[in-house]
Amino acid sequence: MAKQLAAIVGIGQTNHTATRGDVSIAGLVREAAQRALADAEMTWDDIDAVVVGKAPDFFEGVMMPELYLADALGCVGKPLLRVHTAGSVGGSTAIVAASLVQAGIHERVLTVAFEKQSESEAMWALSLPMPFSPPLVAGAGGFFAPHIRAYMHRSGAPPHIGCLVALKDRQNALKNPYAHLHEHDVTFEKIEESIMLWDPIRYSETCPSSDGAAALVISNEAGGDANGNAAWILGTAMRSEPTMFAGRDAVNPLAGQQCADDVFAQAGIKDRRAEIDVAEIYVPFSWYEPMWMENLGFAAQGEGWKMTEEGATAMDGDLPINPSGGVLSTNPIGASGMIRFAESAMQVRGQAGEHQIDGAKTALGHAYGGGSQFFAMWVVSGNKPG
Amino acid sequence: MRDVAVVAFAQSKHERRIEGYNEIEMMMPVVGELWERTGLSANTVGFTCSGSTDFLAGQAFSFVTILDAIGPWPPISESHVEADGAWALYEAWVKLQMGEIDSALIYSYGKSSPGDLPKVLTTQLEPYVTAPLWPDAVSIAGLQARALLDSGKATEADLAEVAVRSRGNAKANPKAQLAGDFTVEQILAEPYLANPLRKHDCPPITDGAAAMIIAAGDLARELCERPAWIRGIDHRVEAHALGVRDLTDSPSTRLAGQKAGVGDGKIDIAELHAPFTHQELILADALGLGDDVAVNPSGGALAANPVMAAGLIRIGEAAERITAGGADRAVAHATSGPCLQQNLVCVLEGEG
Repeated sequence: MAKQLAAIVGIGQTNHTATRGDVSIAGLVREAAQRALADAEMTWDDIDAVVVGKAPDFFEGVMMPELYLADALGCVGKPLLRVHTAGSVGGSTAIVAASLVQAGIHERVLTVAFEKQSESEAMWALSLPMPFSPPLVAGAGGFFAPHIRAYMHRSGAPPHIGCLVALKDRQNALKNPYAHLHEHDVTFEKIEESIMLWDPIRYSETCPSSDGAAALVISNEAGGDANGNAAWILGTAMRSEPTMFAGRDAVNPLAGQQCADDVFAQAGIKDRRAEIDVAEIYVPFSWYEPMWMENLGFAAQGEGWKMTEEGATAMDGDLPINPSGGVLSTNPIGASGMIRFAESAMQVRGQAGEHQIDGAKTALGHAYGGGSQFFAMWVVSGNKPG
Repeated sequence: MRDVAVVAFAQSKHERRIEGYNEIEMMMPVVGELWERTGLSANTVGFTCSGSTDFLAGQAFSFVTILDAIGPWPPISESHVEADGAWALYEAWVKLQMGEIDSALIYSYGKSSPGDLPKVLTTQLEPYVTAPLWPDAVSIAGLQARALLDSGKATEADLAEVAVRSRGNAKANPKAQLAGDFTVEQILAEPYLANPLRKHDCPPITDGAAAMIIAAGDLARELCERPAWIRGIDHRVEAHALGVRDLTDSPSTRLAGQKAGVGDGKIDIAELHAPFTHQELILADALGLGDDVAVNPSGGALAANPVMAAGLIRIGEAAERITAGGADRAVAHATSGPCLQQNLVCVLEGEG
């Protein structure tokens, strides 16, 4: 039997902020899920199965919280599956949910990803001890800063590129009512003058810690047809490689390249830069935009930063990246990947409001996690394939 | 559905405390055994999915270093469930149903010895009102056992009989942690651990690991003389709060069993993931198993209970009996959450 068509017919996300003190974890996920159901014009009874994703359980201190969330997510009597693939989890979770439909097992699946980072201290939760290494890593920024320095050295990128990405994403976030950061007075100078946290990563080139959740309703072909404005899934891919291995390139990971090759091949895309209208990619530190432009094959090696400098990745550029404001403006870690996937679907459905890219028909959603070693991607289209 | 079978299964020797070995060292020989037996490798298998929980390792992203150990280079297509490996098997089975790959590796492990397991499991409970009271997992199971006894569906002697049979069956299981000859009278003479549960009604605390390879169609036949075909697999969850469900029944197991097709033919053996004696009685009833079904010939989770692997092991044990020719049709079950909240049922069959 062959893989079946699946489509995103409902999308919901919470309002994201540093502390959602007004809701429990259950209240948070329910807010996103109910918005997705409302968007799909469905009720809880229409859902066949639920797939939940989040990053480490230690963030909230609840072991396997999906068990406690079963009631809030309307799953009593239904299948409930929990995915955890580090920072890429939001993307992986959407892919697992899609596969339940693509395999013909279920007709309509609800998938939810969340993080309530205010119930934790993400900086130290992410400071993992590395065997045989001095404990110098402070947070994810401490881990990724050397990779960024290596990229700058390798590509000869000028030092202001990271600030340009941050300015673009924070300005884009002003158009997104759900975004965590709304910095109305942001300027290039303010970013450049912000404190250096992990050289070369400045404070304003860093993602925030957010509370938030995202949810999708994924339907089979009949449901996609009935919806009339579905985002059709053209391809999904996941790849993993080791954290520590002398042969790997943490600046341009092979897992990311192969994941991109796979997902674009499934979607029938040959000229990636020309055929993708908009992309939501996982950029928690500004320099990951040019790095991922190369890893995803949108730019040649060493040339990714030129796309940023030329404005190609701006809202009015030829390949807009993160019109939502991206992870740099909103980062509930376990949900961040699913927000990328959701935003890509919103774009091809023409649903993105002020940050809509006119005429967007084909979009990439991208997430990565761990030590740049886990990748999850999908390509969605407003046009039904075939 | 596409024909998919369990073609190879391996598990560690389960022990109270595997000292001097970390999770990677515990896991590697088990996966290595499967590569040797099937000729597959991390690079030739179509998909890999693992099951584990950070709360046993006491470290965020604990599954990452274990993945490193299986050698994902060049990069592999891979995923992880924060759950028992039985749910990793489910995700892998779904992937094979999509028709693009023909094989998958599933592995899971649990090293409970470094922590206080009954208290670690408390963190699974609703976090704002229930978990802060620190009810431990054995006491919560005691509440369920008490409810069962009070309902008149079972007696303390019935519970003891399950323990006697499990310990006896485990004598033939070289991987088991606990085995031996006991009598019902001996067990009933023991003091209560969490009334009405005695020590023999409870699972041992175990370190252990397991791995499995599943394959589709002709590849399954190529890799295994008598593959254990997955004829049905389904899982269901119930409400979390103990006060809103009937603890003497397992409707999620019953429903998953119906969806998996348990009643569609004669069952020879059943491997039920029942960490506590009374839970085996509840599960057997929910699945409608007759007296002619041999329940937990391996000794079950009462003989070894490596958390996050014990469910996958039930499926592996059932599959191995089919592969060896000792059974033609088997039901395997995995559970998760307090008092059997979430349950997975898998029906396996041999051909010819």
